[in-house]
Amino acid sequence: MARLDLETVATRTRDQELQEGDRAATKMSTSGGLRPATEPSPGISFGEPLFVLRDLSFWYGNKPALADVTMAFPVNRVTALIGPSGCGKSTLLRCLNRMNELIPGVRLTGEVTYHSQDIYASDIDPVEVRRRIGMVFQKPNPFPKSIYDNVAFGARVNGYRGDMDELVERSLKQAALFDEVKDDLRKSGLALSGGQQQRLCIARALAVGPDVILMDEPCSALDPFATLKIEDLIRELVEDFTIIIVTHNMQQAARVSDFTAFMLAGEDGAGRLIEYGPTEKVFTNPEEQRTEDYITGRFG
Amino acid sequence: MTRTAFDQQLEFIQQEMLALAMQVERAVERSMTALTEGDMALAHQVIEDDAKVNEKRYEIEEKCLELIARQQPLAIDLRTIASVLHIAVDLERMGDHAEGIARVALMMKDEPPLMSYAGVQRMAEIARRMMLSSLEAFKDRDTARARSICDEDDQVDALYDEVYHELLVLMTEDPKKIERATHLTWVAHNLERIADRVTNICERTVYLVEGKIEELNVSKY
Repeated sequence: MARLDLETVATRTRDQELQEGDRAATKMSTSGGLRPATEPSPGISFGEPLFVLRDLSFWYGNKPALADVTMAFPVNRVTALIGPSGCGKSTLLRCLNRMNELIPGVRLTGEVTYHSQDIYASDIDPVEVRRRIGMVFQKPNPFPKSIYDNVAFGARVNGYRGDMDELVERSLKQAALFDEVKDDLRKSGLALSGGQQQRLCIARALAVGPDVILMDEPCSALDPFATLKIEDLIRELVEDFTIIIVTHNMQQAARVSDFTAFMLAGEDGAGRLIEYGPTEKVFTNPEEQRTEDYITGRFG
Repeated sequence: MTRTAFDQQLEFIQQEMLALAMQVERAVERSMTALTEGDMALAHQVIEDDAKVNEKRYEIEEKCLELIARQQPLAIDLRTIASVLHIAVDLERMGDHAEGIARVALMMKDEPPLMSYAGVQRMAEIARRMMLSSLEAFKDRDTARARSICDEDDQVDALYDEVYHELLVLMTEDPKKIERATHLTWVAHNLERIADRVTNICERTVYLVEGKIEELNVSKY
C-alpha cells in the first residue's frame, strides 16, 4: 500500500505558503470557492491548503449527514467548525482521517485530498492516514497505563526505532504537560486531572508524528481553567501543526481559531457549509443572516 | 430562539444614548442663545448641566461594558454596543464644546457685540440639524442618509472660514478687539468641532449596518 508522499510539502517554506495563499485569496469568489469568501485580515493569510474537500457528501445508512461540502483547510492555521448539534461538523471532521469508516453502513461521495493526495484512493492505507492526521476527542481517553506508556504506545506499535525516552519527553513538552508529570512518568494516566488527561491524549497523538491534529470538542469535559490551558496549547501547537477544531463554544472558536466555518443542516438533515471566513470577520460581521442568527443566539 | 432580556438591554442603551443626544443638542442651542442674547443665567445653566451630560455618558459606558462582560455579544450585537460606546463619547465631547461656548458668553458679558452673530448662528443651526439627522439615521439604520449628512460638514467648514477671516480683519484693524475676537474664534471653532463629531456618529452608523469602519468626511480642520 502506498505511503502518503509528503516530500514535496516538507520542502516548502512558510513564506512560499503565505505568498501563494495571498495570491489565491485575492482570486476567491463567494460561490464555489474552496477558501473563505472574504479576504483574511492583514495579520493572517490563508496559506497553503492542506486539505481540499470537493463536493463531499456523507450518509449514515440512508440518512444524509453532509451534502456537497467544498472547502479547503489551510496549513499551520487553526480552523474552527461551528454550528448547532446535528449540523455535520463532527462528521466532517471524521471524514478528514477516515475515522467514519469504522462505523458500519456509511457512504461517502466526493473527494478529500490531503497534501494533494486523495485519502480515499484504493491504494491508501487508512491506518497511515490516521497516523498522519491525529485526533483528540471530547472526553479524555487515556489508556489504563502509565503516562510514559500512553505516550509511547503508538510509536511502539509503529515500530519506532529512535530514542523512546526522548520522544516521550518531547511529546509531553509539546503538549505542555511535561513539567507537571516529569517526576513520575510511571504514574497511571488515569490518575491525572481531566485537563492533564486531555493534554496527555494530545501528547499521545503528537508522538506518532502527525502534521494535523483534529479536535472534537476537546474542552467540553474540562473546567474553565483547564480549557484556557488547552486553548493556549492550541495556539502554541499551530506553529508546527495544522489544527481543526469542532466546538460548541463560540467564544472558544473566537479565541483560538484563525478561520471559522459555520455549518447548518438542511431540511433533509444533511449538514452544509454556510459561511467560511477569517474568524474575526465571521464573529464581528458575518456575510450570512443564518450565521448572524446562530452566533448572536437568535437561531431557530 | 430569542434573547428577550438581552434585546431589551440593547434597546435600553440606544434609548439612553438618544436621551444623551437630546441633552447635548439642547446645550448647543442654549449656549448660542446665552452668547447672542447675553443671557448669563442660561450660560451658567449650560455649564451646570454639562455635569449631567458627563454622568449620563459614564452610565452608558458602564452599561455597555456590563453587557459585553455578561452577554459576550457578537456580530450585530457587538457592533451595536461598540457604536453606542463611541457615539456616547462623541456626544459627551460635543457637550463640552457647548459648555465652552457658554464660558465664552460669560467672558463677553460686559462687552458690546463685536460683530453680527449671523455666521456663528448659521454654523450652530447646521451643526444641530446635522446632529439630529445623524441620530435619525442611526435609529433607522439608514446608511445613505448617514453618508449624505457628512457632506453638510463642508458647509460648516466654509462658514468657519468666513467667520475666521472676518475676525482676523477685525483684529488687524483694531488691536483692542483682539481679545474679544479671539473668544469668538473659539466659538466658531467649537461649532466646527461639533459638526465634525457628527460625522463620527454617521461613521458609526455605517459600521453598525455594514461592518466597515470608514472615514466619511475628511474635515478641513
